[in-house]
Amino acid sequence: MDNYNLFNRKYVVQGLFILTGLILLGTLFYIQVYSDQYFRTAKSNVLRPIYTFPARGVILDRNEKVLVQNEPVYDLMAIPNDVKPFDTLELCRIIDVDTARFGKNFRKARRLSRFQPSIIEKQLSVQIYQSLSEQLSRFPGFFVQSRTIRQYPDSIASHFLGYIKEVTQKEIDNSQGYYRPGDYIGRQGVERAYEKVLRGERGVVNMLYDVHNVPKGSYAEGRFDTAAISGEQLISSLDSRIQKLGEELMQNKIGSIVAIEPATGEILAFVSSPNYNPNLMVGRQQGNNYMDLLKNPNRVFNIRPIQGYYSPGSAFKPLDALIGLQEGVIDENTTFFCPGYFKAGNHTVKCEHRDGNVAVRMGLARSCNTYACYVFQKLLTQRKYKNQKIAYDDWRSKVKLWGLGDSLGVDLPNERTGRLYDAAYYSRKYSKYWGYSTVISLAIGQGEMDATPLQMANIMAVIANRGYYIKPHLVKSIGKNHLIKKEYLKKNYVGVDAQHFTPVIDGMQDAVNAPWGTAILSRIPDVVMCGKTGTVQNPRGKNHSVFIGFAPRDNPKIAIAVIVENAGYGSTYAAPIASYLTEKYLKDSIGGYRKAQVEWMKKQVVLPPPPKVKVKPDVKNTDSLKSDSAARLKINKSTITTKQ
Amino acid sequence: MSNPQSNRFFFKVDWITILIYMLLCAVGFVNIYASIFTANGDTSVFNFTTNSGKQLIFIISALVLGFSILLLDGKFFSIFSPVIYGLTLLLLIAVLLVGRNVGGNQAWIAIGGFRLQPSELAKFGTALLLARYISTFNPKFRDIKSILFAALIIGMPLVLILLQPDAGSALVFLSFMFPLYREGLSGYFLLIFLGMIVLFVADFLVPLKILIPVILLIGSFFIYSNRRKQKIMFSAIIATILAISYLFVVKFAYEKVLKQHQRTRIEIILGLKTDPKGVGYNVIQSKIAIGSGQLTGRGFLQGTQTKYGYVPEQSTDFIFSTIGEEWGFTGCFVVIGLFIFLMVRLINMAERQRSSFSRVYGYCVACILFFHVFINIGMSIGIVPVIGIPLPFISYGGSSLWSFTVLLFIFLKLDSNRMGFI
Repeated sequence: MDNYNLFNRKYVVQGLFILTGLILLGTLFYIQVYSDQYFRTAKSNVLRPIYTFPARGVILDRNEKVLVQNEPVYDLMAIPNDVKPFDTLELCRIIDVDTARFGKNFRKARRLSRFQPSIIEKQLSVQIYQSLSEQLSRFPGFFVQSRTIRQYPDSIASHFLGYIKEVTQKEIDNSQGYYRPGDYIGRQGVERAYEKVLRGERGVVNMLYDVHNVPKGSYAEGRFDTAAISGEQLISSLDSRIQKLGEELMQNKIGSIVAIEPATGEILAFVSSPNYNPNLMVGRQQGNNYMDLLKNPNRVFNIRPIQGYYSPGSAFKPLDALIGLQEGVIDENTTFFCPGYFKAGNHTVKCEHRDGNVAVRMGLARSCNTYACYVFQKLLTQRKYKNQKIAYDDWRSKVKLWGLGDSLGVDLPNERTGRLYDAAYYSRKYSKYWGYSTVISLAIGQGEMDATPLQMANIMAVIANRGYYIKPHLVKSIGKNHLIKKEYLKKNYVGVDAQHFTPVIDGMQDAVNAPWGTAILSRIPDVVMCGKTGTVQNPRGKNHSVFIGFAPRDNPKIAIAVIVENAGYGSTYAAPIASYLTEKYLKDSIGGYRKAQVEWMKKQVVLPPPPKVKVKPDVKNTDSLKSDSAARLKINKSTITTKQ
Repeated sequence: MSNPQSNRFFFKVDWITILIYMLLCAVGFVNIYASIFTANGDTSVFNFTTNSGKQLIFIISALVLGFSILLLDGKFFSIFSPVIYGLTLLLLIAVLLVGRNVGGNQAWIAIGGFRLQPSELAKFGTALLLARYISTFNPKFRDIKSILFAALIIGMPLVLILLQPDAGSALVFLSFMFPLYREGLSGYFLLIFLGMIVLFVADFLVPLKILIPVILLIGSFFIYSNRRKQKIMFSAIIATILAISYLFVVKFAYEKVLKQHQRTRIEIILGLKTDPKGVGYNVIQSKIAIGSGQLTGRGFLQGTQTKYGYVPEQSTDFIFSTIGEEWGFTGCFVVIGLFIFLMVRLINMAERQRSSFSRVYGYCVACILFFHVFINIGMSIGIVPVIGIPLPFISYGGSSLWSFTVLLFIFLKLDSNRMGFI
């Protein structure tokens, strides 16, 4: 090879340099200009939103007495890397935990991250916090973070208030990025129904983080940061005085009380029994308490006023009369003869009494089944209908106007709809051969009809208002401006003219006030209460005691429904309880001899027998162990004998 | 010294090269400053306890060192090259005995408060001796004896460095193949070298049962097409056999000789393993930093990856990620452009030398720079395994800056003497 050829080799080398340079630049072009994947990753590397949590909205009762408020608690935090050797015993003494637990939590925090703050001990009380904060400077690396938890000063209205819990993964996924792990969300009751109002608006600080997760200040001088806005306060329609009384009266009984202010549809009392102390659903022991309550055989977490299914029973009879009057099949003087029963085809509907000729007023005062059945028969056999199926559907649509057979749309989650089937259902069930006599139990509010206590109270509100109701609701107004939802100003008419209510109300007045009335024992001095007792047949045990009513007769202030399960006649438990609540609400106190009755009622226990404990016999092992156990028995015997 | 003008020290010194050198040093200083910059730390430029402050001292002393080399007699290096080479070998042995262990490599000698990395010195020691050997004996590398002798000169420091073990610095010694190629070494050596790399990579990516038939097929094609030229046909047969046995040797060496962390690095580059929190972390964070620079960069001191310490070793081996993030593709283009321009210019300068000593030495300088630049930037953008070698003139560190300065300025001195014989 001559020198000239060798000289040319310089181009090979230089060409290699340039080629390599181009490869580098090509790769750089791809990752810097062509692909923006790295740019986005760099952003997510350093930028992290830090949320500040607003205080949850406070809930007050109608007299602005606090039902739920926020109580500060303090979490002891630590950044493991900043912790210097310290007196562990002393710190444990101050925060009142044993060293083993403390050591465990601290090691866990250190495993999690050395540079990130972690919770060492959750929810320290104010007292502990006070003694701790004086000494905290002795424990570098530790600090305290305050949070708020819910606190219920009166421990009432647990079913209305519900509770908050940590969000589940599903809720996080469905929240379009609002919730993050560790957040709390209203899980039940009003906390859930008004979650968006109560939770407020979370604030955010866009923090820059370095590789050790140490914050390095706010992004763009905080231009994109927002402050937390605390949740709105809610004014509930509940009156904590009668709510409390109701809960006391219902203790050791199963059932519910719903009281409504007829003019506004505001629910004054919302008692579901058995209930629980809402303070149990807060704090460190929440999970354990929840599981304990869940074990109660009487289903503590059922919200009976909106979930309990009861046949309305006699409480339904005013509807028969009112629809009859409106349709013109009867007037207030129409009488029917009651021989103590009503025969409808093969059915016989029994009556508790024999009153002879009965008109509206008497029929309601004495809760006459026969009267109700006659009216129902007349309604379904009107000439204007082609057949009874059409008549039935027409009747059903009129009943549904009262809010039966459907949900009322109260502002709590998980309201159940009532039950009232249409004609097509019966046609499927009985083919075409059915008529009023087939469904005659509906006339007395039994059979295939279920209503919630709220719906029953709502019937009373309609009668008290003489023809309309306002959607019952538990939250009176939202926020500082006392905002009221529009739907709570709308009157829902039930299609019965006001004049027809007079005889019905007369009958209900007699039921409580006339000597022959069913609830005469629950008469309130100086107050004309109108009502209706009910004794609802219960296929699973003793009858339910039911009372519905309103008071006073003129310009009614309260409509009420009380159901005590398995307590027998409506006049024995439900009616007195209703009368005490009414008196308390109207007069603010219960006078004279009735005071002692209240105390007596509070002490009554009406609970079903505890369910039998199911024990599975250990079938498989019995045989094989027979000889063994027999031997053991012998040994036992012998030991016993020797002892003797 | 027939020409009196050559006594004037800076006459015919290539100022353009010095300008590029100083530009690169400035780029280094600015980006080291950015690498260690934290939003609330000490931001003084002249704080000499920080890396950037120290680098400023290093740069100034490197300039002093460089210009004092220009004052030396050009013949000095040729004459003393065996001595310098011998000295570096002694230092390399010494470092194995008394060296400080930094990061698993026994690469540093501490003399007082001053730390010396002999492998850096070994580069120009070897380059000088190689140039001296070629200029003295004028071998054309046709005979096995001259190849072996050159291999011995390169191999001795290489083996000593491998013992530290510092695979990165040892790899750089392969750059001496290019000067040998320029001086007459057959191009087949380069091709074989290239083929070895290709086969090495293929060995990991393609299963043997496919790879071996493919090699056999290509081999038999060459054997068949050269069936009339017996000599070539035989070498083709031997090459095929060697290629296949090479595959097994690589597999064996990979399993038995390489250390776990080196294996992981190779696997990550070849895409066999993704390991974002482990060894691959550096590369991934470096790529994120560079990629986030986009076309124009995020601006000086505005790189978040850089500022918040996401890229480890950022002022030293991964300095390029700072350039990429804060100056973007534009900045990368300028820096790589400067390097390529410098290297191509060095080759051109080498070719204008009258003495083969200067020419060989020039080639050595250019190729050492080339290896460093290619490996370092390639590693920052994830196309070369993570091999810890600095980016010349830019990475933080006195030892590396001084050794590159000496390397370059010796050549500048030789070049200023190009009309004379050495």
